[in-house]
Amino acid sequence: MPKKPNLKKVLVIGSGPIIIGQAAEFDYAGSQACRALKEEGLEVVLVNSNPATIMTDTHIADRVYIEPLTADFLEEIIEKERPDGLLATLGGQAGLNLAVQLAERGTLKKYEVELLGTSLEAIKKAEDRELFKETMQKLGEPIPESTIVEDVASAVAFADSIGYPIIVRPAYTMGGTGGGIAENEEELVEIVIKGLKYSMIGQVLIERSVAGWKEIEYEVMRDGNDNCITVCNMENLDPVGVHTGDSIVVAPSQTLTDHEYQMLRSASLRIIRELGIEGGCNAQYALDPNSDHYYVIEVNPRVSRSSALASKATGYPIAKVSAKVAVGYTLDEITNAVTQKTKACFEPALDYCVVKFPRWPFDKFVYADHTLGTQMKATGEVMSIDRSFEAALLKAVRSLEIGVNRLYMDTIAAWDDERLKKNLARINDQRLFVIAEAFRRGIATVDEIHDITKIDEWFLYKIKNIADVETLLTQEEITPKLMRAAKDVGLADQSIAEITNKTMDEIRILRKSMNILPYYKMVDTCAAEFEAATPYYYSTFHAQENEVQPSNRRKVIVLGSGPIRIGQGVEFDYCSVHSVWALREMGIEAIIINNNPETVSTDFDISDRLYFEPLTPEDVLNIIDMEQPEGVIVQFGGQTAINLAASLQKAGVKIFGTSVDGIDRAEDRERFDELLNQTQIPRPKGTSVTTVEAAFEGAAEIGYPVMVRPSYVLGGRAMEIVYNEDELRDYMSRAVKVTPDHPVLVDRYMEGTEVEVDAIADGTDVVIPGIMEHIERAGVHSGDSIAVYPPRTLSSKVIYTIIDYTKRLALNLNVKGLLNIQYVVVNDEVYVIEVNPRSSRTVPFLSKITDVKMVNVATRVALGETLAKQGLRSGLVTPRPYVAIKAPVFSFAKMQDVDISLGPEMKSTGEVMGIDYHYARALYKAIVGAGMNIPTEGCILFTVADKDKEEMKQLAKAFSELGFQLVATEGTAKAIHSLGIDADVVGKVHERSSDIIQRIKTGQIHMVINTLTQGKPSAKDGFKIRRATVEHGIACLTSLDTAWEVLRVLSFMRERRLVYALALQDYVGGGDGLA
Amino acid sequence: MKGKLILEDESVFHGELLDDVRSAGEVVFNTGMTGYQEILTDPSYCRQIVTLTYPLIGNYGTADLFLQSRKSFVSGFIVGELCEYGSHWRLETSLHDFLTAQDIPCLYDVDTRALTRHIRAAGTMKGVIVSEHTPKTEIDKLLAQPLKRDVVREATTPEAYTMENDGPRVTVLDFGIKRNILKSLHDWGCHLTVLPASVTAQDVMGTNPDGIFLSNGPGDPKDVPEAVETAKALLGQKPMFGICLGHQLLALALGADTYKLKFGHRGSNQPVKNLLTGRVHITSQNHGYAVDETSLAGLPVEVSHRAVNDGTVEGIRHKELPIFSVQYHPEASPGPDDNTYLFDQFVSMLKKEA
Repeated sequence: MPKKPNLKKVLVIGSGPIIIGQAAEFDYAGSQACRALKEEGLEVVLVNSNPATIMTDTHIADRVYIEPLTADFLEEIIEKERPDGLLATLGGQAGLNLAVQLAERGTLKKYEVELLGTSLEAIKKAEDRELFKETMQKLGEPIPESTIVEDVASAVAFADSIGYPIIVRPAYTMGGTGGGIAENEEELVEIVIKGLKYSMIGQVLIERSVAGWKEIEYEVMRDGNDNCITVCNMENLDPVGVHTGDSIVVAPSQTLTDHEYQMLRSASLRIIRELGIEGGCNAQYALDPNSDHYYVIEVNPRVSRSSALASKATGYPIAKVSAKVAVGYTLDEITNAVTQKTKACFEPALDYCVVKFPRWPFDKFVYADHTLGTQMKATGEVMSIDRSFEAALLKAVRSLEIGVNRLYMDTIAAWDDERLKKNLARINDQRLFVIAEAFRRGIATVDEIHDITKIDEWFLYKIKNIADVETLLTQEEITPKLMRAAKDVGLADQSIAEITNKTMDEIRILRKSMNILPYYKMVDTCAAEFEAATPYYYSTFHAQENEVQPSNRRKVIVLGSGPIRIGQGVEFDYCSVHSVWALREMGIEAIIINNNPETVSTDFDISDRLYFEPLTPEDVLNIIDMEQPEGVIVQFGGQTAINLAASLQKAGVKIFGTSVDGIDRAEDRERFDELLNQTQIPRPKGTSVTTVEAAFEGAAEIGYPVMVRPSYVLGGRAMEIVYNEDELRDYMSRAVKVTPDHPVLVDRYMEGTEVEVDAIADGTDVVIPGIMEHIERAGVHSGDSIAVYPPRTLSSKVIYTIIDYTKRLALNLNVKGLLNIQYVVVNDEVYVIEVNPRSSRTVPFLSKITDVKMVNVATRVALGETLAKQGLRSGLVTPRPYVAIKAPVFSFAKMQDVDISLGPEMKSTGEVMGIDYHYARALYKAIVGAGMNIPTEGCILFTVADKDKEEMKQLAKAFSELGFQLVATEGTAKAIHSLGIDADVVGKVHERSSDIIQRIKTGQIHMVINTLTQGKPSAKDGFKIRRATVEHGIACLTSLDTAWEVLRVLSFMRERRLVYALALQDYVGGGDGLA
Repeated sequence: MKGKLILEDESVFHGELLDDVRSAGEVVFNTGMTGYQEILTDPSYCRQIVTLTYPLIGNYGTADLFLQSRKSFVSGFIVGELCEYGSHWRLETSLHDFLTAQDIPCLYDVDTRALTRHIRAAGTMKGVIVSEHTPKTEIDKLLAQPLKRDVVREATTPEAYTMENDGPRVTVLDFGIKRNILKSLHDWGCHLTVLPASVTAQDVMGTNPDGIFLSNGPGDPKDVPEAVETAKALLGQKPMFGICLGHQLLALALGADTYKLKFGHRGSNQPVKNLLTGRVHITSQNHGYAVDETSLAGLPVEVSHRAVNDGTVEGIRHKELPIFSVQYHPEASPGPDDNTYLFDQFVSMLKKEA
């Protein structure tokens, strides 16, 4: 069947900002789908609020709307664009929910838009718990005994009838928000209350817990002709109980017999057929480890995180094929892009083992509960491929960039046996490390650990195997046989060096002298049965043949940015992809190394060659040894790639772009000070200390408050503002390990306007595409601030100074490519805070709104093409007539125990953009897009620190004038009353008379304005209030600056049309400027 | 012990030898990711050295339930990692012990992807598994010996037997049948009379069948001309259904021709299009020979199924008589269960003809 003849124009919904549970995988899926649709000659209209994505590039879709993902905006766009079809299955749960809303409010019918891929009925059958249950019962597919409840009493009654443990899942949420396992009634009550809150429809499913069973997933495809295939199955190492997004996953399944594999495969096919999905679908099962008994746990009628993983694990492009199927192709009509000989109607055969490992944000959220359960907590993931499970697992571990390169952590090694044993039972991010340590010490057998963890013995034997080889390394000389054994289980040279007290270089040289080298194999979807055309490779030491044949072309390696984490998100993948495209445009072979399965950069047809490998010196150097590229580009892969620059240069590899010395001068504190002296640029006073005592002395000299942080950090990790010596002492003992090798930086905290600049320099000229002003004053991490382009309050003098400083810094550092500088402006004076000689988080945002192809230009500069030759003039590019605002998006709902107040440590997981000709509407769009629930009327709670009371008074007055009722804690209320304004007084949380939390819970308070009281331990009240706002989905503003801007939006909302959408192509092209 | 596989084109693949044995056979690869025990005991692999492309083998051990015949007929087994500690509630014997008990020469720790790529490029060929230090003269001698061709005789049942049931009476010609075919027919209600490959048409008709089933089995269909004769004599007498070798024998009996594929189809992921419905099904396959489509010209036979990957014939049916056959394995084990509709079709045919 050819494509549907009625389709000319298709609307694709993206997934919006990166949040826990919905990450870069949808940029990958959406970009692939848009390209697939364009290939068919369809006009593609895309809506996505996330500017940091490849899919919102103007060449990916014909019309790109970076607008809030709400039904109002979607309807406006549909009215304007009149698409024939809507493809919502590639935008994650957000996309699917929107499709449901658009259908239910009649928009699709009104504008005659056909819902493609998955029907509304299928979405409901998979998502609505009751319908799902009915559907499964009709098919005879077993599901755990369960019931839907809308109140707590019914939940308890049901639990009493089937017994505990009970699992709670809210309907219509993503990433399992608000779910959990209850062991008893008390826990059940707590979880159900929360779940009801999070469910879009106020329902939760409670069911028998099958915790401890094997968790198995299948990715299934179906076309309109009812042809069905499974792309891949996957087995979770972590048994049922841990969210699959937080589980270590292997593909294909390892412990299933063919009988079990086929039993669940057949079930998946029956399910997708019954739902009538045209496209991809994911089915999850719990399989009894002691019988053939299984339960269907979940079905996702759309492309998902697992399907991105399955695509990368197999080479089968699920999103692309789903898009083609959605527009009417059958699977046997679609070519397998990897082999280019066979068809998409087949099931990939793997001849390697894939391991996915989640990347958790616990390095940032130190106080967060590390326990893993049904609520997903990982922000990202890594994937690795090898011919053995052990080697794949260790590759994954060292891809995580959490300071470990094997299943070994210093902290755990320091525990006594007692503590270690106790921790075997804890299900958290360290479990695997604890298990490995137990094996190393020989304090537990495989069977014992299996009894405690329920992890299948097969996996445990493998972990033990690694531990055994490690033990051998501590006991014996490294013979070729032992070296071979170590590499066979995947130990990195660095790990072998650590274990044997040698250096990595020594091991590397020894290993090479033994001729123990990695070989590279291809991911080809068919286990070598057919010749494949796609250069997608992984390394292995288990081989006798290398498949890669390096070409004789000019070639350059681009280093990717690894897993998505707080501080290093999809933006850097955007940059890596554009760098690859620039190289290819220049006729240079572009090779990318990355390990993140969710990304566009690891799509096999982006680069000339893709190496799916860890980003460590050894793994990268091994590829360089073989490929012999001209050099490596490190400036686009975030701190991951920058951190590799020095070791690569030491090994004699050419780094294109800014030199390693230049990078070091920007990052090394002393050398940076030297640079500022030379260039005569002021910075907030500061010092670098290597002892706790020196920190006290330094801080006293600089004067409190001071900003403290370890050197060489990313995303403001462990950065805090401290107001006195006690807080500093607490910080030094808790947050950092200060040593001569790891100095701590102490800086004067300057409260002023923060400004961010991205520039491109070639050694002669410096092009500044745009300047961004932050709404929140300095002290809030730049990644968590709302950024406005072009700046609104800066004087010409300040702008001139910023341009001047930027040029001086870029030229002095001899930057060849991108750099990012953060300034703080205090009383019209400009101070530099930070210089990053690399691409930054704002590059995609700025590239899109200024139409300067920043990464392309920078890549060319790095390779020697001057800015002048590229037709770019030094200086600031003329600001555009519209306003673009980047707002942070947080995942606080997924992370309990995390304080949501903004500070120098970054907490956001993603971002959205609001763009408009009117500042206030752009801001409105950014705020709405970010999912902030701003009330237009009702009651606002004020509770602010003493230092903020003066300023708060005016704010309270303004809100009162807009008709809001005010409620405040005692001190705050007193300040408000002083202006003669009414404000109801409520007691503090710890006071017995208090009812703040109660009022929040019962919906009497609609927004909270709360600033952090000085000193962290004393701020428990504030913390409780802030968490309550998260649990109950109301806005909480922790910066008065944000509050002022919200006020501005609220006043604007009363006067103006709020919903107005325009495609990026129109803004940039200068069309339709009269809104 | 270090060992190696040497192919007749002199390429060498190194590994570890499980036991000190020597063995020769035709080297073939299977791309299935599960079902190693079913593969090892599928009689169609008689006298072949089987390599699996999936590198982690033996993870769930072995159990009698998964046996596809009374023993393994393979000449050798080549894998990547041979799992030391399998884990499964059904596990009765580790794969390691199973291989030893069945006297299956096994070379492991082999770069099976390199081997597969070689066979894909050069075609299926003879190879020998030997220990690392075997003298070249010995190897040459082993390679020079012709491979046994009477593999059907080896794999077929030595004795006739029946599997009682109250449905249609099906007489099965066993050329090396997989147990799951018998089980499938039996599950569909058929009363089975299983006869050795050497029987005549009269013997078959003597069992008073409602239908006749020609089983899978090893080797080249042209090596069993007597079976072709038997099949030919049975044409038109009763409904007939053939699988794999049975399909090829039926084709030869109908006057068509067969040929050897370069490296065959072996795996659990092979897409086949049913030309009558337009639907594509994923099939389990294990065949080194195929029916030559051009030889069907002028015969009352049409192609009913075709491989999506290479367009080869995967099923035929007689235009007038109730006779059909498929090249692939609807009984699975190992492989997907998408094609059990063929058993339905056969049984309905029997009921209709009866």
